[in-house]
Amino acid sequence: MTTQNLENLTMQGPICPLPHHHTETVVIGHGSGGKMTQDLIHHSFFSRLGNAYLAEANDAARIILPKGSEQVAISTDSHVVSPIFFPGGDIGRLAVCGTVNDVAMLGAQPKYLTAGFILEEGFPIASLDAIIDSMAEACQEASVQIVAGDTKVVEKNSVDQIFINTAGFGVIQKDRKIGGQFAQPGDAVLISGTLGDHGIAVMEARGDLGFESQIQSDVAPLNHMIEDLLNAVPEVHVLRDPTRGGLATSLNEIACQSKVSIVIEEDTIPVKPNVQTACEMLGFDPLYLANEGKVIVICPAHFAEKAINSLHASPYGIQAMRIGEIFADNPGRVLLKTQYGSTRILDMLANEILPRIC
Amino acid sequence: MSSKDFLKGFRDAKLVKRVAGEIRHRVSQPWSIMEICGGQTHAIMQYGLDQLLPEEIELIHGPGCPVCVTPLELIDQALWIASQPNVILTSFGDMLRVPGSTSDLFSVRAAGGQIRVVYSPLDSVKIAKDNPQQEVVFFAIGFETTAPANAMAVVQAQKLGLENFSILPANVLVPPAMHTILSSPNNRIQGFLAAGHVCAVMGYWEYPTIAEKYQTPIVVTGFEPLDLLQGILSTVEMLEDGRVGVENAYPRVVGFEGNRAAQGLINQVFKPVDRKWRGIGVIPESGLGLRNVYQDFDATERFQTGEIRTQESEICIAGEVLQGLKKPADCPAFGTLCTPNSPLGAPMVSSEGACAAYYRYGRKNQ
Repeated sequence: MTTQNLENLTMQGPICPLPHHHTETVVIGHGSGGKMTQDLIHHSFFSRLGNAYLAEANDAARIILPKGSEQVAISTDSHVVSPIFFPGGDIGRLAVCGTVNDVAMLGAQPKYLTAGFILEEGFPIASLDAIIDSMAEACQEASVQIVAGDTKVVEKNSVDQIFINTAGFGVIQKDRKIGGQFAQPGDAVLISGTLGDHGIAVMEARGDLGFESQIQSDVAPLNHMIEDLLNAVPEVHVLRDPTRGGLATSLNEIACQSKVSIVIEEDTIPVKPNVQTACEMLGFDPLYLANEGKVIVICPAHFAEKAINSLHASPYGIQAMRIGEIFADNPGRVLLKTQYGSTRILDMLANEILPRIC
Repeated sequence: MSSKDFLKGFRDAKLVKRVAGEIRHRVSQPWSIMEICGGQTHAIMQYGLDQLLPEEIELIHGPGCPVCVTPLELIDQALWIASQPNVILTSFGDMLRVPGSTSDLFSVRAAGGQIRVVYSPLDSVKIAKDNPQQEVVFFAIGFETTAPANAMAVVQAQKLGLENFSILPANVLVPPAMHTILSSPNNRIQGFLAAGHVCAVMGYWEYPTIAEKYQTPIVVTGFEPLDLLQGILSTVEMLEDGRVGVENAYPRVVGFEGNRAAQGLINQVFKPVDRKWRGIGVIPESGLGLRNVYQDFDATERFQTGEIRTQESEICIAGEVLQGLKKPADCPAFGTLCTPNSPLGAPMVSSEGACAAYYRYGRKNQ
């Protein structure tokens, strides 16, 4: 700048530039650990998720175990779903329900969650608030509290908008023994409802389908339904939520863990007609699609009806069905009986699900 | 008819059992029947239809899996193009796992190559339009079923004046492959189930000459359990009666002339060229190359892919499987060295590949 130019400047006294208030998008400063982080935590998190544990604002939450709690269940899950909002849910509801359900699969009553957020610089705070609202709602439905949390902000393009890790902690009644390794020959296999809803809903939201299916994700906390089931039928051996990889993959895991074979009957497996149609058009098999609000129940065959009746009483188990049986021979194998009486093997999902060409 | 009724109707258990019973009733001697299309192979295995047939009937699985027969040279070219900077390679999902000589598209993507799965070739045109600074190459594989849409993509790109769009032409044609199989000295095929979806586009006017020349009945067949059994029943009836000719067991979808508009579009954009089929070899006039007026859209010209040295697995017997000479389980690597997760040959990859069908549905007695 020349002297000439300087002379032309009209000085209006010293100017102290006020920092912008970053209330619309997440910026790196929100992850600094300083004042901005505090502001974000108070504005977005505490106002929605606040409880006595969070209010203590310590580095960790101090939990007092209920009397007689000898067994606890702990689980963790990272949620990276894309898109973050999809028909029937969002990444927040998924992050709560996914972990609540994982804990509940041991027959535990989920009590407390932790939540770790990794946010991409530039992520709209309105979207963050909507996601946390959704988490609060899911927590209320599941009767759990988020007692510890963490927020990190990373540079643009380091993550896809928002990743959420949740860990869950639940209490298991004294003599409950439920797990994938406890399936017994003669047991019945039940499923709590229709398969593939979440998988298709997310694919549609991604714009992958090229058509609209009006299918909603089934994402839901199943812990109350499971607690009612276990009160009605304490003899349940296995609970498993068939998330990624679908029913086929979960059954294969159980068959290996319990060293049994599982035979399921094709025409008893509930699939919504619009999910079936979408699968037919794209060459997907609903038995391999993800579910986020379904549970596989394995129990002695003579308790199957009682278990089904209990599941039917929950809004998330209205379409519960008995779909198969456990056998001692061919350990590790899952077979599917077709409606024509022929049999084929039902393998694990091998790799990424890919659409068929023609 | 809702989609549910549509599916249930052609999967009705009572009817399926009745038609299977009729087949058993009609058969008096062994017959070898080839279903050309990999989609049919999978439906047969998925519904366990082979278990409903009398033991006299042997189903031989044909080369009708586009992913499986796409030659290694073209896959290696696609891998090379995809790993170039400033290129987006678009492909049907099935191609991503197919092994090339040393790699596959998944690995190229993991190494930073831009590879996008598309459901329609027209999606690739849109990607090209939205990314004017990038070269967009569509890996145009498939039989006559995908050829019209692949041709349409080229026509659309020309209309839009897109200079950054090209295709790697890899379409193949069914009738020349049928000639090759039937004229082989090792041929065991006595009857053919023609691929219903190919015929939906092409009709079946090309087939009477083939049936006559090789004295082999051909039945146009669909993909649902009842369609397949009806196709097998018609073939068995012709074989038992000593009749030769072409019948249509899929009339709700296929007419004799086929879709003339689609055929016109294919002819406008493509011309028949000699094409190598993976595992089989070069079949004269069995592929589709771009006509001279559309040469600008040929990725092999644009990228000067030239000669690429290829190397097939030495153990894999994909070629014999694709020609119907061997069954997947005859392969020493089947289910051990070669699985859908680490395939040695293309038939283990595709959802239409015979090896993948056997692996997924047929290992229950092992």
